[in-house]
Amino acid sequence: MTTIETHAGATARAHGQSLVARVGAWMVSSDHKKIGRLMVGEAMVAAVASAVLGVLLGLERMSNGYAIFPGDAATQLSALFRYLLVFGALAPFMIGLAVAVVPMQVGSRAISFPRLAQFGFWAWDLGSVLVIISIVGNGGPGGGNPDLVDLYVLGVALAAAGLASAAVSVATTVLTSRAPGMTTDMLPALSWGGLVSSVAAVLSLPVVIGTVAYLYIDHTYSRSAFGGNMAVGEWLHFSLTQPMTYVFAVVAAAVLADIAPVSAGARHPLRGAVYAGLGLISTGLLGAVTQSQHMVSTDGSAADTVSSLLPYLLLNGLPVLGLLVVIGASLFVLKQGSPKVGAAFALSFLGAGMVLLGMLASMLQNIEAAGVSGTALEEGATTLVVHGSLMAGIGALVHWAPKLWGVVVSEAKVLPLVGAGLLGAILAGAGNIIAGFSDQPGGAVDGFSYDGPRSLWNVAVVAGHALSALALIGTALAIVSAVRSGASAPDDPWNGHTLEWSVPSPAPRDNFASLATVGSAEPVLDAKPRQEVPA
Amino acid sequence: MTLALPSAAPRAPRRQVFVATALASSGAAMLLVGMCAMWMKFRAAAPVRESSDGFYMIKDWLPADIAIPEVAANTMFVTFMAACLFAQWAVYSAHRRDSRHASMALGITALMGVAIINAQVAVWSQMGIGVADGAYQSMFYAITGTVLVLVVAGLAFTAATLFRTVGGRVDDTQVVSAHALYWYVLTAAFTLVWFLVYVQK
Repeated sequence: MTTIETHAGATARAHGQSLVARVGAWMVSSDHKKIGRLMVGEAMVAAVASAVLGVLLGLERMSNGYAIFPGDAATQLSALFRYLLVFGALAPFMIGLAVAVVPMQVGSRAISFPRLAQFGFWAWDLGSVLVIISIVGNGGPGGGNPDLVDLYVLGVALAAAGLASAAVSVATTVLTSRAPGMTTDMLPALSWGGLVSSVAAVLSLPVVIGTVAYLYIDHTYSRSAFGGNMAVGEWLHFSLTQPMTYVFAVVAAAVLADIAPVSAGARHPLRGAVYAGLGLISTGLLGAVTQSQHMVSTDGSAADTVSSLLPYLLLNGLPVLGLLVVIGASLFVLKQGSPKVGAAFALSFLGAGMVLLGMLASMLQNIEAAGVSGTALEEGATTLVVHGSLMAGIGALVHWAPKLWGVVVSEAKVLPLVGAGLLGAILAGAGNIIAGFSDQPGGAVDGFSYDGPRSLWNVAVVAGHALSALALIGTALAIVSAVRSGASAPDDPWNGHTLEWSVPSPAPRDNFASLATVGSAEPVLDAKPRQEVPA
Repeated sequence: MTLALPSAAPRAPRRQVFVATALASSGAAMLLVGMCAMWMKFRAAAPVRESSDGFYMIKDWLPADIAIPEVAANTMFVTFMAACLFAQWAVYSAHRRDSRHASMALGITALMGVAIINAQVAVWSQMGIGVADGAYQSMFYAITGTVLVLVVAGLAFTAATLFRTVGGRVDDTQVVSAHALYWYVLTAAFTLVWFLVYVQK
């Protein structure tokens, strides 16, 4: 029989500590749930900051450029906006979620190499702080202070190294620390997605670091190969757009695949398809490491078209196919049981839908004949992928809140925020996509007329980012208010299927007092009385 | 409600260090492969000029006044191979619980690491170029400097493994195997750098 260690003593000890001691304990904790929550929490702050910057940059465009920010500030803030969107919010949120939940799902007492995961968090954190300091001090892409441009480049490298370190911890946990009997085909979808995303991150982030090494040396000493301050952003752009974002969006799709069978109250009949779908999304890695978008051209001969179409489909089409498979399989499982659609499912489903829209927009961008390459459409696609992933990630927080904080987040508070977040992301994403078709370039550009219908799309972008910021803040407040209410959650409020639902809420420090033997992909469902399992 | 699942005997996690090293080594390899790809991109984009003998048109990538010290570069390549050989000897000895030979092999691996650093410094010294002299020079220092950083990381790994072995933990063959894996992957990645930077130039 599994015996579960209660955490009452630990909680009492924590209550007896001073604030400084408690903050210190959080800072050096090797508990994967704390490290993951720190990453997710700071990623949410970065997401809010990126949305606020999105509002300011939209206002700048509405005022026809350079009315709010002096000189090159708009270019620098555009760079900061992109950094916060991808390396500040998307990547740490998804990796942090995996750090917090995956060890519990696979039946491990701890994450592998917890100090490496902790180092990863702090390296990413410090890197992000360096990036912000450099931009504030007139550095970053287009910055006027060369030393702070170098600092920006170093900050990006440090953040990428931190994320890769945390990813190594997650992947090693899934590969080596599964509960006895849990073969890889029994992995919960989030754990599989965490593994796929982490391996893809470990392979792609070093390419970013390699580019940074060249940029740093060249910019510091020579400025002859890479084009100086203005070109820094161009060389790093591949890491802040599609398909690099797909590497992290895999986790968002995995959240949907994990929550769907629980919402349906049924076993997943298409587990293999879900695994394959998540793997296909990660093929975005190939585009990321080759640092190219792979355009399809119809101008030349039929042979030329086919030769450009094949890499285009491989690098742009396969991730779309993968996400379609995951969404389709998740809808299929709903048919198998009696679905109870809660906030977590709604968030993850709508989030995955937005990611799909972003992927499709990105595919469109890479069709030469569409004539939207280099326009604001790319920013819209990135916004949809990132905000969609964050929405699914927030769904995951609502779903796993009982294990992470020991509370059930009020659905009545979260559901209105789902609508606000959805509307915000669609306005911000679609506004830029439509603006792209009216030839509006990406970023804030001097000398471009934003008058006419374009001003309308930029109003939509501003409103969208503002709504997204409000939705993010509202969600954070809903979680904080649930935690402060002190109402404890039941151990298994959603009738869960996987191992994390066999431990008390919140999960104790070492998760499991003794290891369980796993005989199927739904070990907790197997252990429940028969009548609780739907026919 | 706390559910009762069938319990299992506790067991140690499976080959955590080896798997994590494999992942980290893959990352290190991707770092160098990515840098090689950018090197090739810049080389391909270089303008064309006449060769010094006037017979050929060649890419104006490697400045005409720079000579690659091939002896030092090839010595470095061979030393990488030797490091792998000695790292594998350490694995062989550790599997046989032979702490004396494992320690000796790890010590020589460390010596090979130092020799690689020495060879790299010799290459820099003999070339006599400045990092600020131009595009080729800055990229050359970036890629070779990255190799050096990875070699230093390998040396640190070797030192940690050596201390464990000398301290009597020769039974723990996983770390020795992981250490050998790192050197294998680094050697494979360096082979690409060596071919591109020192052979093809």
